[in-house]
Amino acid sequence: MRKTNVLALAALGTVLTMGLAACGGTAGGGGNTSSGNNNSSTGGGDASAAKHNDAYTKVVNPSDAKGGTLKFALTDEPDSMDPGNTYYAWNWNFSRLYSRPLMTYTPKPGPEGLKLVPDLAEAPGEVSADGKTWTYKLKKGIKYDDGTEVKATDVKYAIARSNFTDELTDGPKYFAQYLDAGDYKGPYKDKNLDDFKGIETPDDYTVVFKLKAPFSEFDFLVANPQSAPVPQAKDTGVDYEKAVASTGPYKFESYEVGKQLNLVRNPNWDQATDTTRKQLPDRIEVQFKQNAEDIDNRLIAGQIHVDLGGTGLQPAGRAKVVSNPQLKDSTDNPFTPFNRYAMMSTKVAPFDNIDCRKAVQYAIDKTATQAPWGGPLGGDIGTTAMTPTTVGYKPFDLYPNGADHKGDLAKAKEALTACGHPDGFSTNVAVRGDRTKEVQVAEALQASLARVGIKLTIKKYPSGDWSAQYAGKPDFVHKNNLGIMIAGWGSDWPSGFGFLSQIVDGRAIKPSGNYNMMELNDPSINELLDKGIQTADAAQRNEIWAQVDQKVMESAAFTSFVYEKTLIFRPASLTDAYVHSAWGMYDYTWLGVKQ
Amino acid sequence: MTAPLDVSGQAMEAQPEAVLEGAGGKAIEGRSLGRIAWIRLKRDKAAILGAFIVVFLTLVAIFAERPFGGLIALFGDDPNIPNNDLIDPLTSAPMGAWGGISLEHPFGLEPVNGRDLFARVLSGAQISLLVAFLATLLSVVIGSLMGVLAGFFGGWVDTLISRLMDIFLAFPLLLFAIAIVGALPDEALGLSGNALRIAVIVFIIGFFSWPYIARIVRGQTLSLREREFVDAARSLGAGNGYIIFREMLPNLVAPILVYATLLIPTNILFEAALSFLGVGVSEPQASWGGMLTRAVDYYQIAPHFMIVPGLAIFITVMAFNLLGDGLRDALDPRAR
Repeated sequence: MRKTNVLALAALGTVLTMGLAACGGTAGGGGNTSSGNNNSSTGGGDASAAKHNDAYTKVVNPSDAKGGTLKFALTDEPDSMDPGNTYYAWNWNFSRLYSRPLMTYTPKPGPEGLKLVPDLAEAPGEVSADGKTWTYKLKKGIKYDDGTEVKATDVKYAIARSNFTDELTDGPKYFAQYLDAGDYKGPYKDKNLDDFKGIETPDDYTVVFKLKAPFSEFDFLVANPQSAPVPQAKDTGVDYEKAVASTGPYKFESYEVGKQLNLVRNPNWDQATDTTRKQLPDRIEVQFKQNAEDIDNRLIAGQIHVDLGGTGLQPAGRAKVVSNPQLKDSTDNPFTPFNRYAMMSTKVAPFDNIDCRKAVQYAIDKTATQAPWGGPLGGDIGTTAMTPTTVGYKPFDLYPNGADHKGDLAKAKEALTACGHPDGFSTNVAVRGDRTKEVQVAEALQASLARVGIKLTIKKYPSGDWSAQYAGKPDFVHKNNLGIMIAGWGSDWPSGFGFLSQIVDGRAIKPSGNYNMMELNDPSINELLDKGIQTADAAQRNEIWAQVDQKVMESAAFTSFVYEKTLIFRPASLTDAYVHSAWGMYDYTWLGVKQ
Repeated sequence: MTAPLDVSGQAMEAQPEAVLEGAGGKAIEGRSLGRIAWIRLKRDKAAILGAFIVVFLTLVAIFAERPFGGLIALFGDDPNIPNNDLIDPLTSAPMGAWGGISLEHPFGLEPVNGRDLFARVLSGAQISLLVAFLATLLSVVIGSLMGVLAGFFGGWVDTLISRLMDIFLAFPLLLFAIAIVGALPDEALGLSGNALRIAVIVFIIGFFSWPYIARIVRGQTLSLREREFVDAARSLGAGNGYIIFREMLPNLVAPILVYATLLIPTNILFEAALSFLGVGVSEPQASWGGMLTRAVDYYQIAPHFMIVPGLAIFITVMAFNLLGDGLRDALDPRAR
């Protein structure tokens, strides 16, 4: 995934147990804050009796009261507010306020939220016998904010522009990859939409997708905001973000790029056609490019309602919140879609020997590598390639390294002896130098491997060219002896395939822009991935993803530091707030404010 | 001519004053210039304080690690070993008051990984002082040589060297250093890793700050070469080499010493700036500037992490400046 904040979705089945376990874990963790808070205080005296992580399992401050202004703030600015041209997870959540894709996720906290429900479509896609044709029927009577009706060709056009043009570069290009569109040049070069053969629109309410090969998770793809309709006449290319034709409960009032976005109610949105959204506030205001610490302070003071990015409190804000039980009850600690991990290059000596890789697996002090992410609030220690919020995830640990994951040095030494370097060896660890947390992880790794004589030299590379020029370029990796590379991955949709296909498939190894940095090319893994995506039955499919995970970990080339979590703040003035598992953030389409 | 540093030959010869000062003593006796300067220096309390701190820091840096001792081992931990047990996992800040200051960790702990700050400050002192001393040495050697040559020969040699100095002084040193160190390969010139980085930083700082010394030396040389003792030596048949090294240089030692002492703190700051910008020595080796960079993210939850290396830089730079000022006053009473 190219952007850090890529959307990823959390998992269906396993989330239930994991989610609960996670909540229990952090709640327990709250008890042993060393900062000396006795939990005796504040019994239930505060106005909202909501507790830490409550919004993770239920709706906090449920309310249908309308009115008020909901205020968001973001440290950055978006790549684009155009639903077809954005790859930020928060924007795949936020853009639903003014755009409706064919499918979306169930508006419920917990694992229920990962189930898909039809949004613009009447029902989930109907797949043909050969698995290569997916048909969606549109709901009738859905209108844009100017009152005109949504047509099937608008969906077709939206996908054509977001996936087949050189102008819109920010979003993923899955449709270009999977649709059987020949050498279609995109609607900006080829004005005749009929030349786009990947999608057919037999009538105004039917969209038919033609795929190159069977792809049983296609419903996940059309839950991506790129399937939200765009009228061809209104499209202005990259500038479309300034005046998006809204199908959701809100529409653009004004948008100053990089500064401020104001949304107001869309009178042409009809609750009767929409089962997932609400329309509580009168206005929604977003401020861009705000100072991160300032955002935390304003959140805690109740001056704004949501940190739009959903990436959590800064260290100072976090320290303030965890040491105050009352403030802590206003936070939630959800999983993000990200796994933070290291890959060991199977093509760089001595890691071409599996026992040398195993030595690293046993010698790592994972408590130390967890600390830079923010300790237990920043993530659970990981032992698998898939995250707990991925469909198919099964917990297992092939390289148990001590009670607190602090390392099993005896086993590490054994593995070192087996690989022919009983006294250790020297290698390099590559890291994105401008990412403090990852550099700190590299330092912790360095210190923990030094205990068994593995000497690491930290090599810092700029994150901008990280995948094009450095760790993502096998030639460079071999030439510079980059034995270990520190990276992270979040999937675009919450299945094993969405998560694993780019990082473990041997055929995905590329001369540049490579994410399978360990260069793992195991035919049995490749076959399983193919078999899985062609398996129509979801349960069987998920079983296959778990097998892939198992095989990846057997290679010992992949070691997870944490399944990332964030600590997000929920001011008391926020109503109807719950953490949506698909985004690991509050459901932005539900939120209201107390007057 | 830069007045404050104009430690001219006349001053060295100011015997009458020196004799007068000595008159308060037991007996009137001949004293060497060095002795007079030493007497003056001893009276300057600030300079003596500075000298003490400088000597102390230098000894600490030399004896911080084995083989020369093991102050770090005696009073703290290995500078690169994390102590995750001592960090509050929920806030990333060290447990305990004042950033985890205790007998075992007299300066507290680094947030997130719990490395011992005492050990890291000492380890950083080694880097700072090593870079500063070596770079100063390099610029003193080049600067003295160039300055003497320019001043002594004059004419086109002077013109050439003076223009060269102008060019070097106009060079955007910080940008150049960032570019060079940033683009450095991991191995070159038979060195690798931090040894190579230190060598390159020393070279850049030393090679680009020689004109400051050279200008002073050139000015002194210009006035010295017209003096009687030079004429005398020449009329006795002394060659240029003899005059430069036996007649001129001994008279130039004082200004060179003063300026070198004042150049060291500048170089310490320069090294800290490079580390702060991320192009100094690389982790896990500690450096004061590098610690300050890290501290920026945690200044609200662990202010000691910023204060400790900040104080280290402040005290060191101030000590060298006090000593340098004292030396200047001692060697050149006119400049008071």
